[in-house]
Order: sequence, then structure tokens, then C-alpha cells
Amino acid sequence: MQTYTNQGSKDTRSGFGAGLAELGRTNANVVALCADLIGSLKMDEFIAENPDRFFQVGIAEANMMGLAAGLTIGGKIPFTGTFANFSTGRVYDQIRQSIAYSDKNVKICASHAGITLGEDGATHQILEDIGLMKMLPGMTVINPCDFNQTKAATIAIADHQGPVYLRFGRPKVPNFTSIDTTPFEIGKGIQLTAGTDVTIVATGHLVWEALEAAKSLAEEGIAAEVINIHTIKPLDTEIILNSVSKTGCIVTAEEHNFLGGLGESVARTLSTLLPTPQEFVATQDTFGESGTPAQLMKKYGIDRDAIQAKAKQVIQRKS
Amino acid sequence: MADIKQLEAFVQQVRRDILRMVHKVNSGHPGGSLGCTEFFVALYQEVMTHHPKFEMDGKNEDLFFLSNGHISPVFYSVLARSGYFPVEELNTFRLIDSRLQGHPTTHEGLPGIRVASGSLGQGLSVAIGAALAKKLNNDPRTVFALMGDGELQEGQNWEALMYAAANKVDNLIATVDLNGKQIDGATDQVLPMGNLKHKFQAFGWTVLDLEEGNKMATVISCLKEAQSLLGQGKPVAILMRTEMGNGVDFMMHTHAWHGKAPNDEQLADALSQNPVTLGDY
Repeated sequence: MQTYTNQGSKDTRSGFGAGLAELGRTNANVVALCADLIGSLKMDEFIAENPDRFFQVGIAEANMMGLAAGLTIGGKIPFTGTFANFSTGRVYDQIRQSIAYSDKNVKICASHAGITLGEDGATHQILEDIGLMKMLPGMTVINPCDFNQTKAATIAIADHQGPVYLRFGRPKVPNFTSIDTTPFEIGKGIQLTAGTDVTIVATGHLVWEALEAAKSLAEEGIAAEVINIHTIKPLDTEIILNSVSKTGCIVTAEEHNFLGGLGESVARTLSTLLPTPQEFVATQDTFGESGTPAQLMKKYGIDRDAIQAKAKQVIQRKS
Repeated sequence: MADIKQLEAFVQQVRRDILRMVHKVNSGHPGGSLGCTEFFVALYQEVMTHHPKFEMDGKNEDLFFLSNGHISPVFYSVLARSGYFPVEELNTFRLIDSRLQGHPTTHEGLPGIRVASGSLGQGLSVAIGAALAKKLNNDPRTVFALMGDGELQEGQNWEALMYAAANKVDNLIATVDLNGKQIDGATDQVLPMGNLKHKFQAFGWTVLDLEEGNKMATVISCLKEAQSLLGQGKPVAILMRTEMGNGVDFMMHTHAWHGKAPNDEQLADALSQNPVTLGDY
């Protein structure tokens, strides 16, 4: 089984910051807006180098989304930055009307997504954002897995015409992907390990957990094919269908409610094209709570142990 | 400057368009549209530098954003009669497969529309964003916006007002249609907003009162005065008093025609008060 090495844990939000800083140097049309969370979003470097292309909007996310929509008129490529909760649920109608329906080229960049935000608790731990954003016609939804991939995704979305929701997180997680060997391409899943017993499709922080689960499964003689689905919409249905046609079963893993997330998109694809037993590693229609990221992932059933258990469970369901 | 009489004739034809559009589909918003007709005609026929050969980015031209999108009939009529699209297309208002949706949108590619509006309170933010883009592009032209007065009950407006003043967005003229009415009745009864002039001033805006928002000459002179106040570190607001349903006697002094179309008889009556000037579509 192919293995991956943690090159040193880093937060995915720093990947966003690094990508934005690079865009500041390479793309004169890129502008950034922030709603009083510069440090949390790691936007400092872009701001220091491009003070004229940065807009501090204060704690006023609705206005930020409108400003971003307006800035596209005249050719700017606005990147908005705030927490995932305030990037989506708080401003859903602003995104819906002024950005998505108006087909504005805005990049909604959302940090502190999911339960691994940790101690701040459920008010800030949005587990519904993928669902909210993927339901908007024309919206691209991306949830990269580590620092390197988040940086690459940030750079890639500047060249994509149309609204994008880019979701990343707060905690330091293993940094293991290489854009040299697997360049980032919107809408293109990445097969990380090859296997014939079970497909594990994971997104965001759960990709590393899936690799760890695959290692444990291998020790039990189970060969898992792990696929990194960084783009939830448009979904790379081809890579998923090819894999399950070999393995005959699938586990989806995400830091999100099982309603509205990656798992549902996969289930819809499979139910229409290739009905396949599926198990969901996701939160179970619940709010989160305070705790450390590791404690929360364990308690809410979205870690390597949960993936391993669901993999064995779904293999049993193969006819 | 164009002849005031000619512009008033233009207004009269736009009134006919509004009435005929909403009558045909028995839906739409004639009241606010009629109240703002002079404003739209003044903007598109006299005040703004703009190019009917539409380009979304609108570089080096003045831009207009309608926040209270339900008054789409007046917007569509004035855009069509300013050359943005054929006036015959007004026939398709609110019909299936039309570019003239109930509320304005970019989605069907109608020339002249730069953002969707209808869900209230969002247009001022978008206008400010466009004004910021103009500054970044060293584009000296101006961004105009129109909001309803009832619409100011939406909190996003106040985020936007705070931002524009704090950041000296002084290439922006935002007009409020003060007709004093909203769906459920008088704004002073539904949710009194207090002294809007003092509020805008307290937020750091330069504020002009336009007492006669249905008198073409005063609308033009107020918009030109607003233009003369640009570039001085403050955004400019115009509080424009209008009469909902203006130009049709039975539609005035009531909020009943906010979102209601006239029947055949009422249409005939209303049109007889506004004889053809430029020719019906």
C-alpha cells in the first residue's frame, strides 16, 4: 500500500494565507476582504504587500458579500475571509442573490469550518455549510485536506470564472500532499491508495484520517482504496464509479452533517448510476460542543476509528 | 441639457409602459415605479454618462444599481427606451422564457442589469463595491444607487452606510425613494425610522433633500448638485420625496398599488391621463 509521510503538521488556513499571498504577487486583479478576522484567516502577508487591494469591512459580513459582488464589476477577483459559519449561514441570502444568482466571480474563503474549530463550541462550528453552498446553482465547493492542497486550491480558484466556496480549518493537521506529483485540478479527485475491498472517499481533514484507517485495515488484510475528493461540487463521479466498480462498497468521510454533505452527493450519484452499499462517516444531524479537536472527532464519530469500523461494516453488506 | 418638456414627454411614455406591462400579466409593482419615473428618466436621459452597448464591467461610464428591485417596470422601460434592448421586449415582462424577470437579474443576460435585486437591502453594498473597483481602476466615473425607504429597515443598509462613510467612498450617490409607504401601510406605522436625514448625517454622509422628486427640473438639479459634491471624502445621499403612483390620480395617496395591477377599465382611465408621446411598444 502506498504510504504518505507527514511533512510537518500545519493548519489549512495557513495554506490559504500562503496561497493568497502568492496571488497578491501574481494576479493584479485579486483583492481581499475580511470581516475582522485577519489573523485567524492568515491574511496578514497579502495585506502587508497589497494594502490598496485589501478591504477591512468590520463585523459586517452581509455588507462584505455585497461589496465583493460589486468589486467584480470592473474586473476584480474578490476573496472574502471569515469563519465558515459567518461565510455561509449568516449571509446565505446575500450569497444567493448578489453572488450566485448574479453569477459574480467571488471566492468565499471560509476558515474554522466544522467541529475541529474546537473549544469555541457549537455557535462557531458549522456542520451545514457544504450543504448550504452546494445547493446554490453555479457554486463550486472545495474542501482541501492539508496545507499544501489548500494553498494550491486558493491559487487555482483565482483562474476559475464563477463563484467558489473554499472551506478550510483551524487545527494543525498532517501536511502530506505534494502538488508536484498531483497538481490541484478543480473537480478532479485524487486516488491516494489502491485497493479492491472497499472504497473510502474522504474530504478535508478526514483524508488523513482515511489514510490512517487504510493502514489499520491493511494490517487486517483489507485493501482500501482511498480517494481524496477535494471538490464536492462539481463531483468527480468518474473516479468514484471506477473505484466502486472494483470494490463494490464505499465509505464516505467528512467533517460535516450527514445531511447535505459529500456523502449525500456520492449516494445520489451511486443510486442513479451504480447502486452500491455505502456507509457515512459524518456527524449525525447534531450540533457540536466545546472540546479539543481530537476529543470532538472521536465523540462525534468522524475519525480514523470510525472510518475503519464503517469500512468493515460496509464490506459485510456486499452481496 | 435636454429640453425639460421633452423629458416630461419621455416620462409620460414610461408611465404608459409601466401601466401596460403590469396590466398585461396582472402582476408587478406600478406604485413605486410611477413614483420614481422622473428619477430614472433624469438619470438615463440627462445625468449619467453611460453606454447602451452594454458591458458588465462598465469601465469609464457611470453605473446605476437598483436595490428595490420590485420597481423593475420603470427600470425596464427606461433601459429599453435608452437603447439597451428593443422596446418590443417590454411585451415579455414576467412571461415564461423572458429576460424581463419579475425582479431584475443578470441571469438571463438583460443588457443594463449588473446585479440581481429583489430580496431587499443588498443593492447599496454592491454599489459600494463597484465604486471601490472604480477607484482601484482609476476610473473617474460615478456609481448611483436607488433604495426604497421601507427597504432601509433591512440592517445591511446600515452596515453599508457605515462602511462607505468610514472609507470615504466619495464616488457614490445613493438615493432613497421617500414615498413613505410600504406593503403593510405607511412606513411611519409599520416601523418608524425616525429622522433619516439626521441618521445619514450621523453616519457621515453628505445629505441632500429633494422635496419635489416628481418634478423633472428639480430632480435633475438635485442630481447635478450631488455630482458637484463628489470627491470630497464623503458619499452623497439624496432623500427624494416622491408620490407613489404619481401621474395616475387614483393610484396616488395610497399604498394600495404597491404590488397590484390595474384592471381593463382602470388601465384605460390611467392611460387617458397619460396620452402617447414617443409611441407605445
